[in-house]
Amino acid sequence: MALPKEAHPEGAPLVTVLHDGRRRVLAAVDAAGAASGLHGGMVLAQAQAMVPGLAIHDADPAGDAEALRRLAGWCLRYAPLVAADPPDGVWLDVSGCAHLHGGETALLRDLVCRLAAQGLASRAAVADTPGAAHAVARFGDAVTAAVAGGEQAAALAELPIEALRLTPETAAGLRLLGFERVGHLAATPRAPLVRRCGTEVVRRLDQASGAVFEPIAPEVPPTLVQARLGFVEPLLTAEAFSGVIARLVGVVCEALEKAGQGARRLDLLFERVDGAVPAIRIGTARPSRDAQHLARMLDERLERIDPGLGVEAMRLVVPQADPLAYAQAAARLNREDAAPPDIAPLVDRLGNRLGAERVYRSAPVESDVPERSVRRVPALMPPGRRGWPASLPRPVRLLDPPQPVEAMALLPDHPPVAFTWRRIRHRVRRADGPERIAGEWWKRDGEMRSVRDYFRVEDQEGRRFWIFRRGDGVDAWSGDLRWFLHGFF
Amino acid sequence: MFSSAASSALLHDLRAKIARIEHGAQAGPGHVLPFGLAPLDAALPGGGLALGALHEAAGAGPDVEQGAAAALLIGGILARLQGPVLWVVQRPDLFAPGLAGVGLHPDRVVFAEAGKAVLAVMEEGLRQPGLTAVVGEVDGRLSLVASRRLQLAAEQGGRLAFALRRSRSFDDPALNEPTAAVTRWRITALPSPPPLPEAPDTPGLGRARWQLALRRCRGGEPGSWIVEACDAQGRLGLPAEFRDGSAAETWHGASQGSAPGGSPLGHRAA
Repeated sequence: MALPKEAHPEGAPLVTVLHDGRRRVLAAVDAAGAASGLHGGMVLAQAQAMVPGLAIHDADPAGDAEALRRLAGWCLRYAPLVAADPPDGVWLDVSGCAHLHGGETALLRDLVCRLAAQGLASRAAVADTPGAAHAVARFGDAVTAAVAGGEQAAALAELPIEALRLTPETAAGLRLLGFERVGHLAATPRAPLVRRCGTEVVRRLDQASGAVFEPIAPEVPPTLVQARLGFVEPLLTAEAFSGVIARLVGVVCEALEKAGQGARRLDLLFERVDGAVPAIRIGTARPSRDAQHLARMLDERLERIDPGLGVEAMRLVVPQADPLAYAQAAARLNREDAAPPDIAPLVDRLGNRLGAERVYRSAPVESDVPERSVRRVPALMPPGRRGWPASLPRPVRLLDPPQPVEAMALLPDHPPVAFTWRRIRHRVRRADGPERIAGEWWKRDGEMRSVRDYFRVEDQEGRRFWIFRRGDGVDAWSGDLRWFLHGFF
Repeated sequence: MFSSAASSALLHDLRAKIARIEHGAQAGPGHVLPFGLAPLDAALPGGGLALGALHEAAGAGPDVEQGAAAALLIGGILARLQGPVLWVVQRPDLFAPGLAGVGLHPDRVVFAEAGKAVLAVMEEGLRQPGLTAVVGEVDGRLSLVASRRLQLAAEQGGRLAFALRRSRSFDDPALNEPTAAVTRWRITALPSPPPLPEAPDTPGLGRARWQLALRRCRGGEPGSWIVEACDAQGRLGLPAEFRDGSAAETWHGASQGSAPGGSPLGHRAA
């Protein structure tokens, strides 16, 4: 993820300057400045000659680094492992937690949008290796890009060689040799490359392709509730890990209780002997500091962790916590007024197992179009008052999309006499309808004139179907009069 | 006469005692949900559907694939209970307004889209506190071991568990394999009578009619009944022409061959 130092202001190009010995050189330029041909490292006098009326500010490298670190801390909302990547990037290790945000693409989009709302222009990419993500974020075409697993070589091939995080001298040397694209470098025999340019180029290539592992040293802001336990001997077994989890969760829950908070996210980091830091992230639907519940959710995820040669230390961090007050446990005499049972632990566990978006309730939407009349809401959302109008019978199974059937009706406003679905002919014995549902023209132009006439029909065996005809049967513009099966009663 | 009444009372006591030994304090008349239809409730031990137990329902014939009638039956049963319900589906083809139509309010139902993990998620739901009932849509086989796990989980938690059996083929032998379910139901749609009996030519649809076949029932007797489908409160009804007695029963007892031909619709359990 790359960030310009400041949001883009109106008016004159903005630059920040640094002292380099006795010269003043540009540290960074904004988009307008870059468009006028300015770039970092240029002498200020030259820049002023090129673009009169520059807005000049002193650069503050220490402040920038601090801000980047704070930004990295903010990114903990997305992933358990984050690290600032000076001067202008932040690493996020999103392995195993993208689904909490609806997938990698959705996560990136959300990230970029939220940063934009704070006035930060950013570009983001996700890939199998840090090197590839770094390159695609800075040199790719799109603002957000998700490189599919194993596709990093193809994604990098067309990028310029600077995308490999080479020193400027090395990149310039390679360009002199005629290398333009990463693909050229990757296709070149390695031994001569090492002899000419040293090991740097090959190492960067390997880091980008994943042949060499590149750990991200995570940063954890000290203000977060956390607990860490180091071990004398590296641990390897799941039983040992769950013992440690129980202790860490105990410490964290105590700290949360003092702060009057409950965890919404928990990250468990395994500091491995070889420097890698695999992590587990769990989310809760409602703030919680129930040690047993949290420990159990973490335990269930243990199977995903590869302990490698052993784990030296484990760290439990609460990147997101919400206020959680004590609940009044009133003495109740009879079971009837007992508080409604709490299903939050179950929802958490199912959500962590299946993905949060797969555990849901259905809520009504004010729409007559059947497939739009239901939306998914979080399972713990407070109950709504409304239901669907009882006067309109609806099927219990809905086919999505509706399946075409061959049907025959005597008159336009009559139900069909028979219809054929999956090569089986159903003779209609009884029918009810039509129920006319008009398209929602305010949503899509194409629905301006579309009409569906729904019939509930019962076939000779007694099975009940919900079928509709596209069009009102009079005007050709309202639909092509084809029949569809939409559901079962 | 007297002696048979005395022995049946004795038998009843013995059964209650055994049930208490088997299920601890949870057995008894308070832990069943009656259908409210005398012939059905009479066939079920305790006079209704046992709450801390696994039950099984499937459609018949082509409806095995969609299980629409079975879903409506289960929805109607759950509508007559209180508290949250977990409905575990394999793929999201269930339409909540349809369930609301038999009285199961959408606020009470948590759906979980479990893919291949339906059974594991069901068990999780049965073991965690907070739910009243768990429904799982089981596609294809449900092995004896898996169903026993569910049955034990349901029994320990005192929750109603329903396996809605579905299959892609009409007559899947897997649906007839033994399971540990306490009751096994097959629901077949029957042609419904005209909406207005006095004017049979009026177009329209009346209340749907089902053949409800109890294929297996632990501690009770299998049977088959013609009923009116669940209404907006989830209650089944007895068709008017059968309300005088138990004539809705098309057969009773294990011997399927003894089906009386007196049923006006002449339908038998498949």
